[in-house]
Amino acid sequence: MAEKRYVRAVNEALCEEMERDPAVCLLGVDVGAPGGPFGATRGLQERFGPQRVRDTPISEAAVVGLAIGAATLGLRPVVEVMFMDFLALVMDQLVNQAAKMRYMTGGQARLPLVVRTQTGYRDSAGPQHAQSLEAWLTHVPGLKVVMPSGPYEAKGLLKAAIRDDNPVIVVENRTLYGLAEEVPDEEYVLPLERAAVKREGQDVTIASIGIMVREALAAAEALATRGISCEVIDLRSANPLDLQTVRTSLEKTSRLVIAHSATRCGGVGAELAAALGEEAFYLLDAPITRVGAAFAPIPFSPPLERAIVPDRTAIIAAVERVLTP
Amino acid sequence: MPAEQLDGEVARHLLATMLIIRAFEEAVRDHFAAKHIPGFIHLSIGQEAVAAGLASALERDDYLYVTHRGHGHVIAKGADLKRVAAEIFGKAAGYCRGRGGSMHIAAFEVGVLGANGVVGAGLPHAAGAAWALQLQGRQQVAVAVFGDGAVNTGIFHETANIAALWRLPLLLLCENNGYAEFTPLSVHAAVESVTERAAAYRLPAWRVDGQDPLAVRAAVCEALKRVRAGEGPALVECLTWRLRGHYEGDPQRYRSPSELQEAAAHDPLRLFAERLRREALLSESEEAALAAQAREAVAEAIAYAQEAAFPDPASALEDVLYQPSEAG
Ligand SMILES: Cc1ncc(C[n+]2csc(CCOP(=O)(O)OP(=O)(O)O)c2C)c(N)n1
Ligand SMILES: [Mg+2]
Repeated sequence: MAEKRYVRAVNEALCEEMERDPAVCLLGVDVGAPGGPFGATRGLQERFGPQRVRDTPISEAAVVGLAIGAATLGLRPVVEVMFMDFLALVMDQLVNQAAKMRYMTGGQARLPLVVRTQTGYRDSAGPQHAQSLEAWLTHVPGLKVVMPSGPYEAKGLLKAAIRDDNPVIVVENRTLYGLAEEVPDEEYVLPLERAAVKREGQDVTIASIGIMVREALAAAEALATRGISCEVIDLRSANPLDLQTVRTSLEKTSRLVIAHSATRCGGVGAELAAALGEEAFYLLDAPITRVGAAFAPIPFSPPLERAIVPDRTAIIAAVERVLTP
Repeated sequence: MPAEQLDGEVARHLLATMLIIRAFEEAVRDHFAAKHIPGFIHLSIGQEAVAAGLASALERDDYLYVTHRGHGHVIAKGADLKRVAAEIFGKAAGYCRGRGGSMHIAAFEVGVLGANGVVGAGLPHAAGAAWALQLQGRQQVAVAVFGDGAVNTGIFHETANIAALWRLPLLLLCENNGYAEFTPLSVHAAVESVTERAAAYRLPAWRVDGQDPLAVRAAVCEALKRVRAGEGPALVECLTWRLRGHYEGDPQRYRSPSELQEAAAHDPLRLFAERLRREALLSESEEAALAAQAREAVAEAIAYAQEAAFPDPASALEDVLYQPSEAG
């Protein structure tokens, strides 16, 4: 097992899947010769040619539309949408087209299509390059949404997304692109619909997603020194939500904190809290508590951004709250 | 069109197709008025020559994406009338198992890959299909049908640019009926000629009388010769007339009586039948026989649709996602 950076894990996933299946092809702004704005597609055009690794104009909506048509004829396109905020430009193609195509055609269409995009965390990218908008997508039947929290997940989930016969949106995190962690040398694929327990604990469950998994782990580490034992779950998938894994954890802890970098209002955590409130209320000894961004755009200036986007201290405070009798 | 190209057999086939579309849509009109059909309906009555001319120039395995006004193209492409009707009636035997309805009839078995209710949104799908064909080294073409209104969407321009840039085997076929819903071309387009707008992307373009199926067919054939030869996309603009409202029930207050009269004077079925008779390519009895055949086929399809079962509510959650255990 070797340590690999997150962006390298993404690159390997793409490369391996392109190697494995000639139907896999890449589309996006700068994904060709430049190797992607963040280097995720580096070397791939050289290796697979300009037909399969295709630079596109800044026409995000049409490019996702193109991927829909191509997927219908059996290609497995992977589109890179450079920043998650730009998903706003492709919402019709995602929501009215990709998500509904199979249903609307009565099962005639099959859409093996991946949209890779990324958001960031406290890096002063400013209001139009830093929002976490996964909740928009999770509201739509027909789409799957995953948010890899590290190199291992980035590779395994992306490979699974490419092999899946449905539209899958993979939300990477650029702040983690440089992070190196162990990634198996041998081939592996992670299930798209399954959460993972990243740290076992007894007192409180922290269900987190994307980069907030790292903050949750840091919070758990800090709390452990005070004798508070947290179980940290990486939800991995924003839709569908793996309620079972969280529920099993709650059977042990009876207390739940949910953490994501998206705004709390209407976020994935709201759905998780509501679903568990309906189905597992009897397991709970304290109100479910959510940690998420304040309801504002993401500001540029570092102190302002820190005021809006939470970190481990907010998670620690939330854990303390659910433990307060 | 030079006389020697007036092939009687082709002409009669075109007329037959137009007669079926017309008979079908008149039946849909009546059953919708009688509330046998849920939802809302956009008819292509008056525009049949475009669908017939286009489809006659396509191969069965060419791919087609159509619009909210798509019954005619789907029928002309060879779809089973019964399953088209069943879809419009919301029945399980419909092409889309009743999930799509009038606006969304896809018939993959004859290459109709989608019909879109979002104006312009199907254009990149056709380009994507064309891209797949190019990548897979296949010989077919993809066609996107769209209206004059769709030309004002951003995605039309995004698609035209990419298709031209990548030399995709794509035909853009515009049905310019002079209206986007209730808004005439003069109010919705800075440049009234779609062909002129195609020039911005250096798309070879043809502007033809969309009431004449032979003119449509000839332009599409010529355009496709280039497309099939790998010379990239082309555009055909068909000038046509919508004889009915935007949707069934549209009182059309925005059209003057004289304009409606003018529209009626452009009925492509009458014009084409008259012409074939003038050219001695069609006798009165032949025309009557074709019309009777069309009515019969339509009556059979409508009866089938009316008798067909509604989908089982228990199936409502099927096909939201593809499940690997499924066979197809
Ligand atoms: C994006 C979008 N905007 C508005 C509508 C409502 N609408 C449905 S059809 C139509 C007019 C379309 O005109 P055109 O493209 O010329 O097609 P036609 O109806 O004339 O066949 C409009 C505005 C829609 N379906 N999609
Ligand atoms: Mg129009």
